[in-house]
Amino acid sequence: MQQSAPNAGQIAKVCMLAGKIMLENGAETYRVEDTMNRIAAAYGVPNAHSFVTPTGIIFSLGGMDASTSLMRISDRSTDLRKVVMANDISRRIGRGELTVEEAYERLYKVDVSTEGYPTWVRLLVAALASGCFLIMFDGGWADFVPGMICGGAGYLAMLYVPRYVSIKLFSEFTAAMTVGLLASFLVRTGLGQSLDKIVIGSIMPLVPGVLITNAVRDLMAGHFVSGLSKGAEAFLTAFAIGAGIAFVLSFLGGEAIGG
Amino acid sequence: MIEQIATSFVASAGFALLFNVPGRHLGYCGLVGMLGWMIYSSLLQLPADPILATLTAAFAVTVISQLLAKVCKTPIIVFSVSGIVPLVPGGIAFEAMRNVVENHYDMAVQRAFEAFTLSGAIAFGLVFSEVINQAIRRTRL
Repeated sequence: MQQSAPNAGQIAKVCMLAGKIMLENGAETYRVEDTMNRIAAAYGVPNAHSFVTPTGIIFSLGGMDASTSLMRISDRSTDLRKVVMANDISRRIGRGELTVEEAYERLYKVDVSTEGYPTWVRLLVAALASGCFLIMFDGGWADFVPGMICGGAGYLAMLYVPRYVSIKLFSEFTAAMTVGLLASFLVRTGLGQSLDKIVIGSIMPLVPGVLITNAVRDLMAGHFVSGLSKGAEAFLTAFAIGAGIAFVLSFLGGEAIGG
Repeated sequence: MIEQIATSFVASAGFALLFNVPGRHLGYCGLVGMLGWMIYSSLLQLPADPILATLTAAFAVTVISQLLAKVCKTPIIVFSVSGIVPLVPGGIAFEAMRNVVENHYDMAVQRAFEAFTLSGAIAFGLVFSEVINQAIRRTRL
């Protein structure tokens, strides 16, 4: 029966899919490699090799008749739910609970699932988090609602701009610009008080938190290629946010900054 | 202080939700962020150096995340991200940007360097907790 001796192609397929899901959705590079090797070991291939960078996966089962698989990863986003689910499946494979076919089916379901919080919930939460960040950074409660509005608008731009322009930096730039424009409008009309606090609170949901943590963790694990490139991505994101804010400030001149 | 505790909880849990963390873990994410922020802000009030405060808070966040990751059997990233994000020196980076726009380059460089150092402190907090984690694992074996 197939079950007792899964063929190499199927094992490689399961490993590649698990790796793809984890890498695309924001897992650390070393964890992706580790997961792929563990799955292979659980199916009786102890000396598999995986080489993962943020933009591609190379995986070989080792041995004499080894074929090597390569997969290009072009879309990267953050969906930790999928990382958790893929991790659960890999743990179950490790305990020998899943056959190769079952594992592939389950992973495939995870890969194509769009399960998540609805857009309006995300938007509301982004707005609420911006307001809370504003209070955490010693802003006044009078700026809570303006902070929420700006944070929500920034996140909205972040969600919708990528549908029209595929350059990631540009959507962050636009989001930061939206925040800046809206914040200085609110301050000028007297609805908001401190431009600084409103802007700082509202750009927090745009901060590339996963990238920063992953860059450090990958560097620690000795994955210098991934660590450096993720660090560069985080730096570029931060730069895009800063440039968006600076763009607005320099346009509106001193009056906007005075707030 | 109470408003700081409440807002840091909501902000961290909210951040986790934006990253699509499953609902059953959101409370823990909020807790991690809250504890990290409490350590950070109470150290600042001592007053301690912001670098030390950031380092300690990042360290604490990662240690707690590691424990939670073991208990819940999930990747550590689920918990650590929402705790680390509030520590990111967004305010100082903003001031640096503002000074660039106002042509105060000397202040801008100072602020930018400050932001850079604080990011370094976050990174070292992460490294230290990993060191502790490995040390514990090795001694048990």
